Amino acid sequence: MSTAIRVESLNKKYIIGHEKAEQYTALRDVVSNRVKNIFKPNTKRARVYSEDFFALKDISFEIEQGDRIGIIGRNGAGKSTLLKILSRITEPTSGKISIKGKVASLLEVGTGFHPELTGRENIFLNGAILGMSRLDIKKKFDEIVSFSEVEKFLDTPVKRYSSGMYVRLAFAVAAHLEPEILIVDEVLAVGDAQFQKKCLGKMEDVSRNGGRTVLFVSHNLNVIKTLCSKTIFLKNGKMQSFGETNSIIKDYLNSGFESNRFITFNDDNFKLHNEVRLLSMAIRSGENIETPLNNINPISIEIYFQLLRQIKNLRIVISVMDDVENELFSSSSFEVNSIMYDVGEYCSVCKIPGKLLNRGRYKIKMRIDIPGDREVLPAREYLSFDVTDLLFHQMGIIFPDEPKGLLHPELFWTTKKVEQNITDINIIDKFNKVIS
Amino acid sequence: MEQAFDLIIEPGRSEKNYWKDLWRYRELFYILSWRDIKVRYKQTTIGAAWSIIRPLLTMLIFSVIFGRVAKLPTEGNAPYMIMVFAAMLPWQFFANALSESSNSLIGNANLISKVYFPRLIVPASSVIVSLVDFAISFIILLGLFVVYQFVPSWHILLLPVFILLAFFTAFGTGLYLTALNVKYRDFRYIIPFIVQFGLYISPVGFSSSVVPEKWRLLYYLNPMVGVIDGFRWAILGGESQLNLISLMSSLIVTILFTALGIQYFRKMEKTFADVI
Repeated sequence: MSTAIRVESLNKKYIIGHEKAEQYTALRDVVSNRVKNIFKPNTKRARVYSEDFFALKDISFEIEQGDRIGIIGRNGAGKSTLLKILSRITEPTSGKISIKGKVASLLEVGTGFHPELTGRENIFLNGAILGMSRLDIKKKFDEIVSFSEVEKFLDTPVKRYSSGMYVRLAFAVAAHLEPEILIVDEVLAVGDAQFQKKCLGKMEDVSRNGGRTVLFVSHNLNVIKTLCSKTIFLKNGKMQSFGETNSIIKDYLNSGFESNRFITFNDDNFKLHNEVRLLSMAIRSGENIETPLNNINPISIEIYFQLLRQIKNLRIVISVMDDVENELFSSSSFEVNSIMYDVGEYCSVCKIPGKLLNRGRYKIKMRIDIPGDREVLPAREYLSFDVTDLLFHQMGIIFPDEPKGLLHPELFWTTKKVEQNITDINIIDKFNKVIS
Repeated sequence: MEQAFDLIIEPGRSEKNYWKDLWRYRELFYILSWRDIKVRYKQTTIGAAWSIIRPLLTMLIFSVIFGRVAKLPTEGNAPYMIMVFAAMLPWQFFANALSESSNSLIGNANLISKVYFPRLIVPASSVIVSLVDFAISFIILLGLFVVYQFVPSWHILLLPVFILLAFFTAFGTGLYLTALNVKYRDFRYIIPFIVQFGLYISPVGFSSSVVPEKWRLLYYLNPMVGVIDGFRWAILGGESQLNLISLMSSLIVTILFTALGIQYFRKMEKTFADVI
C-alpha cells in the first residue's frame, strides 16, 4: 500500500477581530478609523482588537490508499477547516500536505446548482464544478438520472423541485464522481431515510470495490462505524487521536460533551439528598446522544432520578432559557390527580416539539417541588444545548440574520384575494371576510 | 519510501501551478460562462431585448443632447447617431463587464467557499457574458448602416483588434475592482458611480476632437478613449482619423491595469474563501 495523503505539521490560523461583528471590512470603516485617529493624536492608533485563533494546530497524519477515514469532533473542532484545506479552498498557514491521486470534494450537496436551470443543465453544471469533464458526464448521464429518480422532471427548472428531489439529483451527480480520493463533509443527513441508505450503500461500494480513499466527516457515529476503518478525532484544532474506528469512538464519547447535553450525577458532583437523588439527565433528538439538534425535529429532555421515600404530587419544572438567561418558557410534569410516587427509579421525558426553537444556544434549568407545599430540589441550571438550522447546515442555504427571534415556531399562513372593493364595506366586514 | 505526489499543498504553493491550473479548469470556465449567459436571458421576460433597448435609448438621447442641442461636430461626414453608437458599443460593454465582474465573486460566494478552482474564472466568465450582450447590440449598428445607407470601409476588418483591447481594458479594471469589492464591500456603491462618471469623461456622446488641446494628455490616460477612438476609426472608416497617441496610451494603461489587476487579484485570492 502506498500513501495517498500525507499531512505534516499543518496549522491554520485565523485572525478574529473582537471589535466588529462584520466579517468583511467596509471601506467607510477604514476611512473613518483613519479620520478618527487624526483627531486623537495623543492616543495610540485605535486598534481593532484582534486575536490569533488556531483552527488547526500541528496536525500530522498519513493515509494509505484505499483507506476509509472518518473524522469526528465537536462543532468548531476544525473538521471543516481540515477538509477545506485538503480540498484547496483555503490555504494552510504553515505545514505541508502531499496528495497522490485526483481529489474530489463534496462539502455540500448541489454546490453551484442554479435554480433557474433545468435538472439536465444542472447535472452538467454541477458535474463540471465537482471536476468531471463533459465527456465523463455524458457517459454517466443515464446512470445519474436513474440513480436520482427524477427522470420525469429532467427538463423542469430545479426551482420547481421539491427539496427531496433536489437533494437526490445533487447527490446522484456526486455519487458518480470517480476520483481516487473523495472528501465528504456531512452531506448524507439530508433526504429521506431510504435515499440515505442508498447513498451510504453507494459510498461503501465506491470505496470498498473501487479501492478509493475516502475522507468522511460526520456527527453520526453509526455511519462512521459502518463506513470507516480508521478515524481521526479532532479536539479544539488538535488531533486528539487517530486509529481504529471503534476505539476512537469510545475515546470520543468518553471525552465529555461541550454543549453539556448529558450529565451523570455521582456523589462528587451532587450532594446526597434524603428524598430525591438525580441520576442523570440528557437532551437528545433521536436515538443517538451525539446527533446534533436541529430546529426541525423534536428534542427530548430526559431526567433519570431515584426516590428514596414515597412522595405525593411530585412535580418537575423545567425552564428553557436562552444563552443570556432569559426564560423563554417553562413546563411542568404536574398531573391534576394527586399521585403517589413510590420509592424507586424513574425517568421523566419532556418533549419539546420540532419547529419551535430557533437556531442558537439554549440552557435548561430544572427544579423539583411539591406544589403548594415545599421545594424539594431548588432550581439550578443543569444542561445546555445548541440547535442548528438544518437547511443552513446541510444545504448551504444562507439567510444570514434569519429567522430572527428567540423562538421560531411553525405558524400557519394564508393569503387570499379580497373580492369586494375595500371602500365599499366597513372594516369589520372586511376582516370577517378574509378570515372566513 | 519516496514516491511521486500529484499535489503538494503548502502556503504559497498555489502560485507555482497557477497558470497550469487555469488551463486544467478551462472546462469549468466554459460552463460557468454558459450558465451566466443562459440565466441572464432566462430570468428577464424580454431577455435579450434588454441588450438592444438600453444602448438604443442611450444613443438617441446622446444624439439629441450632444448633436442637436449642444450642436457638437461629428467626425467627418458620418451621421451623428452612428458616431455615437460606434462609441456606445465598447462603452456599454466596458460598463457591463465592470459591474458584472465586480459583483461576480460575491454572487458566487457559495461556490467559492465550497469548491476549489482558480478564482480568476469567475470574473472572466462574467466579462464573457458582457461580450455576448455586445454582440447582440451590434445588430443595432447594422440597422443604422441600413437606415443611413452607410457603407463602412476596409477599416472595419480591424475591429476585432479593438474589441480585444476593449476586452482587456474591461477585464483588467474589472479584476482589480472585483478583488477590492470582496475586501471592502461598500465598493459596490462606488462602481456605479465610476461607470456613470466614465460615460461623461469618455468620448461617448461627442468626438475626441472637441476636447481642448491642453487637456489631451490627461484625457488620454483614460484607457477607454483609445478604445472608443479605435472603434470610431474602424466603423466610420475614412471619416475619422486614427489617433495613434490615444491608442498607444490606451494600450499601455490597459496592459498596466491588467497586470496590476491580475497581481492584486491573485494576492487577494488566497483569502477569498476566508472573508467572503
